[in-house]
Amino acid sequence: MVGTLLIAMMIAPAVAAGACFVWRAPSAVERFNLIASIAVFVTAIPLAMLSASGPYHYWGDYIIVDMPGAWVILCTAVVYLLASIYAVGYMRLLNEEQDRLWSFYALFAGFALTVLFSAIMNSAGIYWIAIELTTLVSTFLVGFERAAESIEASWKYIIVVSAGISLALLGTVLFYWSGSFVLGPVFDMTWDTLRQAAPRMNPALVTLAYLLVLVGYGTKVGLAPMHSWLPDAHSESPAPVSAMLSGALLNGAMLGIVRYLAICDASGAGQIARTTLVALGVVSLVVGALFIVRQDGIKRLMAYSSIEHMGVIALGFGFGGPFGVAGALYHMLNHSLGKSLMFFGAGNIMRTFRTKEIGKIHGVGMRYPVQGSLWLAGAVAITGAPPFGLFLSELIILRAGIERAYHWAVYAMVVLLIVIFIGFLNHFREIYFGAQPEAGIRPRQVSRWCVTPMWLALVPLLLFGLWWPQDMWNHFAIIARVLASPPS
Amino acid sequence: MPIAHLDPLASSIFSFMAIASLLLAFVMLGSRWLNNYLYAFAAESWVIAGLSAAVGFYGGFPELYLIAILTALFRGLFLPYLIWRIIRRLRVKREIHEILQPSSALVAGALSVVFSLAVAYHIGQSLGLAGTVAVLALTVMLSMKLIGFLMLAVRHEALSQILGLLVLENGIFLGAQILVPGMPVLIEIMILFDLLIVVACFGVLVRYLVAHVGSTSSLDLNRLVG
Repeated sequence: MVGTLLIAMMIAPAVAAGACFVWRAPSAVERFNLIASIAVFVTAIPLAMLSASGPYHYWGDYIIVDMPGAWVILCTAVVYLLASIYAVGYMRLLNEEQDRLWSFYALFAGFALTVLFSAIMNSAGIYWIAIELTTLVSTFLVGFERAAESIEASWKYIIVVSAGISLALLGTVLFYWSGSFVLGPVFDMTWDTLRQAAPRMNPALVTLAYLLVLVGYGTKVGLAPMHSWLPDAHSESPAPVSAMLSGALLNGAMLGIVRYLAICDASGAGQIARTTLVALGVVSLVVGALFIVRQDGIKRLMAYSSIEHMGVIALGFGFGGPFGVAGALYHMLNHSLGKSLMFFGAGNIMRTFRTKEIGKIHGVGMRYPVQGSLWLAGAVAITGAPPFGLFLSELIILRAGIERAYHWAVYAMVVLLIVIFIGFLNHFREIYFGAQPEAGIRPRQVSRWCVTPMWLALVPLLLFGLWWPQDMWNHFAIIARVLASPPS
Repeated sequence: MPIAHLDPLASSIFSFMAIASLLLAFVMLGSRWLNNYLYAFAAESWVIAGLSAAVGFYGGFPELYLIAILTALFRGLFLPYLIWRIIRRLRVKREIHEILQPSSALVAGALSVVFSLAVAYHIGQSLGLAGTVAVLALTVMLSMKLIGFLMLAVRHEALSQILGLLVLENGIFLGAQILVPGMPVLIEIMILFDLLIVVACFGVLVRYLVAHVGSTSSLDLNRLVG
C-alpha cells in the first residue's frame, strides 16, 4: 500500500514534467502540472498517516518512508498543490513568457519531485545529492523571468548554496569516516546505521562533522548568517516559485539537520549540537527582525519572514523533547500554509500595482476588499498572532524551551517575535489602510485562480489555530519518541 | 584498509599525491589568468584520479579503478573542456579587480593550511591516528576547502567562482579517497554526474549573465541588497 502510494506520488510529477516537454501548449502544460499536484496531495495524506506503522524500506534500503519524512512530504504536497493552482492564474499574467511556459511547468513539477525525493532518501550521501538537485532545478525557476535582477538572484543562489552545501558533503564524508571505525570500511550509510553506530563513534569527530553538516544544510534552510541567498531568490522568482522555495524546499533541508541531530544525540554529542542549532535559530530571528523592520521590498519582507520562521523551527528542534519536536513539526505545516498565502498575496499586488516597493503600495483594503483582507489576515497569522495555527505552534516551542532550560533563547525569541510582529504589521498598516494615490485609475483585477488558493491556505490555518486534532498530537508524540531513541 | 598500519611505500605515495594536489590548489590561488586556473584544475583532477587508483591498488578496493577512470574522464577531461568552452565564449581572460593580490592570497592560503593542520592534528590525536596519512588527508581536505572558499571570496569573475567551487569538491573527493575508500561506489558515481550537471547549469547561467546583465563579474551584481 505504502509502496504503491509512493510510486504514484513520484510518478505523477515526473510524468507531468515529461508531458510538458511533449505537448507545449500553455493550456495543456498548466493542466498537467495541476493534475500532478492534486495526485501528490491525494497520496501524501494517506502516506503521512500510514507512516506511523512504519518505517518502510524499499529498493535495497535506499528509500525509507518514515514519519518525519512523510510529514515533510505532506507539507511539500500542500504547498505544491496551492502553488500549482496559483501558478495557473499568475503565469497567465506574464504575457511575454507564454511561449516558454512549458519549461516553467516542467521545471516546477521537477522541483516538486526533487524535494519529495529528498524526503525519502535513506542514505545520507544520496540525500545530499537530492538536495543538490533541488538547487539546480530551482535555480532556473528563480531566473525564469530573465530580468537582470532575476539572473543575478539565481547566480547568487546557485553559488552560495553550492558552496554551502559542499560543506555538508564534507560533513557527510566525515560521518562516514567516523562510522567506519565502528562498522568497518564498507557499510551502507543509512540514517539508522549511523545512529546505531553513533554511541561508539568518536565524539570530537562527530561534533566536527555535525557542525559542517549544520552549516551546509543550514545554508539551504536559510539560517542566518548563511541566509544571504534567500531574500534575493525569494523576491526575484515568480510568486508560485517563491512559495515553493519557502514552504517546501526549506523544510526539505531542515529534515536533514533533524536526522543528523538524532545521530548526534545517540553519540553523546547532542548537547553541543542542540546549543549550536538553538544559537543559529536565535541569530536567524535577530536578522529576520532587523531586516523586517526596515524593509522596502514587499517580497523581501516575506523572505525575511521565512528566515525568521526557519529560525523558530530550528529553535523547536534544538530545544527538542516532545514539545519542541511537536511544535517544530506543526510550525512547518503552518508556516507552509501561511507563507504560501503571503507570497500569493504579494504576487497579486505586485502584478496589479506593478511595483515591488512597499512605499508605493497603499489602500489595498479599499481596492481589493476580498483578497486584501485575506492577505491582511495572512499577515496577522504569519506574525504569530492568535487565533491562527502559528500562534499555537510558537507557544508550544516556547514551552519546550522553558522545559529544557534554554531560558536565554526563550527570552530572546519572545522579544524578537514581538519586534517582528510590530514591524511586519506596521508595513501592513500602510499597505492596507494607507491613502489611495491615484483614485481615478480603474484597478486591475486578478483571476479567481489567484484568490482561491489564498482561501485554501487561510481556512486550514484558522482551523489549526482553534482546534488541534488529538490524532495529530499523538502523531507528533510518536515522531518525537522515534527521534529521541535510537532504533533497536 | 587499516589506515594506521599502512605500507610505508603506499603511505608515501598517498602523501605525495595529496600534497601535489594541494600545491596545484595554490597554483590556482596564485594565478590571475583564467586559462591557468583551468590547467591547474585539470592537473589536480588527474592527480586525484591517480590517487584513487593507488588507494584501490594498496587497499584492495578494485571498484576504485572504475572511480579513477571516471574521475580522469569527467574531472580531468570533460569538465575542463566544458569550462574551456565557457572561457572561449567570454571576452574575459583574467581577473581584473582583485580584492587580494595573488601574493596576499597565497599568504592567506598558507594560513588556512596551518589552521587545517591544527584541526586535523587534534582530530587525529583523539582518534589515535597521529602521524599517519589520515592526518595529512584531513589537512589537505580542510585546506583545499578553505582555499576554495578564499577563491570564491576574493575573485569576482563568474568563472573563477565556478572553479573555486570545483576546488572545494576536489578537496572533498581527495580526502574521501584516503579516509573512506569503502564509500559506496554508487554515491561516488552519482556525485561525479552531479558535478557534471552543476557545471552544465553554470554554463547556461553564465550565458544568461552575459545576455541579461551584461557582465560576468560579481562586482556588477549589485542590484539586490538589503
